[in-house]
Formats: sequence, C-alpha cells, structure tokens
Amino acid sequence: MTVRVLLFASYADALGASEVALEMPAGALVRDVLARVKSLASGKRIPDKPLVAVNQRYAREDQAVTASDEVAIIPPVAGG
Amino acid sequence: MRTGMVEGPLDPRALLDEVAQHRNGATVLFVGTVREMNEGEAVSGLDYSAYAGMAESELASIAREAAARWATNDIVVEHRTGSLQLGEASVVIAVAHPHRGEAYEASRYIIEELKKRLPVWKREHYVDGRAEWVNQTADMGHGTSDMGARQA
Repeated sequence: MTVRVLLFASYADALGASEVALEMPAGALVRDVLARVKSLASGKRIPDKPLVAVNQRYAREDQAVTASDEVAIIPPVAGG
Repeated sequence: MRTGMVEGPLDPRALLDEVAQHRNGATVLFVGTVREMNEGEAVSGLDYSAYAGMAESELASIAREAAARWATNDIVVEHRTGSLQLGEASVVIAVAHPHRGEAYEASRYIIEELKKRLPVWKREHYVDGRAEWVNQTADMGHGTSDMGARQA
C-alpha cells in the first residue's frame, strides 16, 4: 500500500519535500512508517521518536496505518 | 465558543466583545506578542506555518476542554499564521466567566496546552539577516509518544 506522509518546517527542509509517498506492507504501524522515512536520504535529521499524527490526531507509534490515512511527522511545535 | 487560525492581524478588542455576557463577572484577555529578543538573539520578525486542518481541530479541542473543565462557553481563541512584525499579536485568548478565578485558570490552561499541542512552527528572522526554525536545532525530538496515549 502507498502511504502519504506530510513533513513540516525543519523536517520538510531536511528532506526537501513537504510530502512523501511510501510503499509499505499491509499492517504497517506508525513506527514502521517512521523507520522508512528515516531511511530516506537526509531522513536521519528526524529524531527517533518524533510526534506523529494520523488523520490529524496525535497517534501512538504502535497504531496501525492504512493506505487512506494521512500520516504527519510533527516537529517540536512553537505556537503561542 | 469559537477558535480560529487567522491569516490577517488579530483584534483583541473584538474578542473581548465576543465573550461579553451579563452572566459573567470577569473577563481575562491574553495577548501573546512578538518579542524583540529571543534566547539572546535580536529578532526582526517571524513567520508561522501551520498544519492547517490539524491546527484548527486541535485549537478547538483545547478550547472545548477548557469550556468543560471550567464550565463556560464564553471562550474565543485566535492564532496567527503568516508573517508577523515585532509587537504584533500572535495569539489572543478571551475567557469570560461569572468568577475571576476560573477565568484566569481557563485562560492559562489554553495558552499552556496550545504551546504543547498546536501544530504550528515559528521561523524567526534576526536583525543580522539569519533565519531559523525555533526549537528545531540539533536533536529536535520531543519523544512524547505519550501524547498519542493521552489523546487517543
């Protein structure tokens, strides 16, 4: 399945993209998607356990991901 | 109750008017503004970028939590996106309640939660011409996978 992963701020700068499409096996978890992103060129810039959102809600790393999900890696936030 | 991510300048007075009700005896207005110094750097301005849809829903969730916990629906929160100059308002929180204690506590809750959870990023521009994402140098990981647990 193909999973869309959104990147923001310094993570988007590091990977040179605000979105990547990754081919993942069915049943993949958030942590598997993260490992794949970190294996991309410049992906090491992303920490081991960043915040992740699935369908715009903060998610745990053991949450399952499906092809229709919108996964986002959330850099340290700086609002306010 | 109303919340919003806003592209143009914020108007604190308008938010005060929006929460005004005769049942309330106290209104707390919090205005966050762009400061000229941050961590020893002279700041000339900044840009906010947001994960638009999630920022809207997260801001609404935070306001709903405060509304439930302190029993008032008279809450309006706006957060800026885009480019801001020194002194400009980046966030405005208006909370009205029959009593001041609850109004202060609800206002404080909203700003503290927003700083932890709102998916918004700040790129500061410095007087010397450099620009940097705030909080994202070196190892940037929060490692707070418990956030998913708390909100799941």
